[in-house]
Amino acid sequence: MNHAVVKEHKIESIAMRDAFAETMADLVKENPRIMYLEADLMNSVGMVGFSEEFPDNTVNCGIQEANMVGVAAGMSAVGLIPYTHTFGCFATRRALDQIFLSGAFAKTNIRMLGSDPGVTAAYNGATHMPFEDVGLLRGIPGITIIEPVDSVMLRDMIRQTAEMHGIFYIRLSRKNAVKVFADGSVFEIGRAVKIKEGTDITLIASGIGVDEAMKAAEDLEKKNISTAVLNIFTLKPIDKDAIKEAAEKTGAIVTVENHNIHNGLGSAVAEVLAECAPVPMYRIGIEDEFGEVGSVDYLKERFGLTPANIVKQAEAVLKRKLR
Amino acid sequence: MDQNKDVVKFAREIRIQTLKALGGLGFGHIGGAMSAADVLAVLYGKAMNIDPQNPEWEGRDYFVMSKGHAGPALYSALALLGYFPLEELKTINTNKTRLPSHCDRNSTPGIDMSTGALGQGISTAIGIAHGNKILKKENYTYLLLGDGECDEGQVWEGALYAPQHKLDHLIAFIDFNKQQLDGYTKDILDLGDLRQKFADFGWYALEVDGHDADAVYGAIEKVKGQTGKPGMIVLDTQKGKGCHFAEGVLYNHHMTFTKKQCEEAIALLEKEGE
Repeated sequence: MNHAVVKEHKIESIAMRDAFAETMADLVKENPRIMYLEADLMNSVGMVGFSEEFPDNTVNCGIQEANMVGVAAGMSAVGLIPYTHTFGCFATRRALDQIFLSGAFAKTNIRMLGSDPGVTAAYNGATHMPFEDVGLLRGIPGITIIEPVDSVMLRDMIRQTAEMHGIFYIRLSRKNAVKVFADGSVFEIGRAVKIKEGTDITLIASGIGVDEAMKAAEDLEKKNISTAVLNIFTLKPIDKDAIKEAAEKTGAIVTVENHNIHNGLGSAVAEVLAECAPVPMYRIGIEDEFGEVGSVDYLKERFGLTPANIVKQAEAVLKRKLR
Repeated sequence: MDQNKDVVKFAREIRIQTLKALGGLGFGHIGGAMSAADVLAVLYGKAMNIDPQNPEWEGRDYFVMSKGHAGPALYSALALLGYFPLEELKTINTNKTRLPSHCDRNSTPGIDMSTGALGQGISTAIGIAHGNKILKKENYTYLLLGDGECDEGQVWEGALYAPQHKLDHLIAFIDFNKQQLDGYTKDILDLGDLRQKFADFGWYALEVDGHDADAVYGAIEKVKGQTGKPGMIVLDTQKGKGCHFAEGVLYNHHMTFTKKQCEEAIALLEKEGE
């Protein structure tokens, strides 16, 4: 792991989907066994150019997510290296049994990208807004669940997983992310990333929650609350050591996730805390609700994924810590 | 002709070994194992290019048992060919066995894909066939579906996909034994004319007597003789075929049976072979 944090809260110049397409093109040039399988969302994820340049490495399976996962499993059994893509809601809900059996149980080798995690599904609304994708997959033994924060991390994850064997689910926000990591940063799958040091409380965030947590930390520091920020981008396997260390060092935890608080990041952190280092904590995320249509900014407000709410909940947790 | 005679003998041996293996616990998926014994004998005894001493050989033909509950019949075929010791068959479904009720490629030498949730094997077989085509390999991929399994939507996703990609080295079978767990397929979800349905989806589709080794092998040769389409061979079979206490019984998908019934069934099969 070798990373540097950029604290400017600036939107990246490249969209996440374009970073994905560029990285896939680079990978295919290095290894012709890389395959891209799509369920009729090629245009949505910016892969039309890739499919034209690399037709032999592209399969548009049509709108059949379950079959796509099985085909990917079969292709991997003869040595190909498949990446699949569809919206995260369909990638998980419609193909769960296939991911379980043809994927994880059969120990095949698939990287599944599920796009538009949580509120980033925006104008597609509740039906397309996966608040449960991580939770659905978390109970499958051996699976790796990754939520890249920005294009730098996304590129690294696409590249690293090409060399690994297993079932990977990668939550892919398609639009431009806020830049958090300096170009060229590399990460270790399964290891949390320290964004900021602090001694009073730790904010543990994933995905779009990371920048919100960084802003909240700045506000908390202004109130003389020394705030650490930790990014857990590998939601499974979870970095127990980093969570335990954060709890022991700061004694209070707030998690921030773009997902149902049931069975996502907050649940995973709570499990570790309860067993290894019980401290006061609070889970910010979707409180067991369905999504709705709207802008990402509106939806962040609606579900509490804002610096103001993080500050409010952090202060409440700190009161419990002092009691 | 001699080879075909051997295939008939091999099918009988598969039935006998399956009964012996399941007889230990006195229960198992008898019906669909018996109806599939003949096609397994044709595939593993004659049609497939395989090396029992080297199950992972990349040049082999692949087989996906999508109706994964018929695993015991496949294990019998594999053991008879020497993939693992014949004595190991009696460990089926016992604690720590390498031979679980449903096929698992990580447990058993010679099993190419894990199956058991119906519908999934068509997709993985397609992936293997399409993958080998992309890699410019000539291996054939064989797939066995159950007829009740065709209730699953995933089967029809695969049915659309394979002709689109001209997977002519995929040869699929449906064990059309007309029965599923809860009764007759026509009473639960009538499958209609399966051969015609697959033909309409763009497959090179045939229907043969699934208990006639010559006819099954001939159909495989016909599929291999054409290019551009995946092959579908609908096997007209009887659930429980060759096992006297299962044949013609309504609820023969998964059965319990006595040691005496099992011994009688084996004796009848052995007598038939004399």
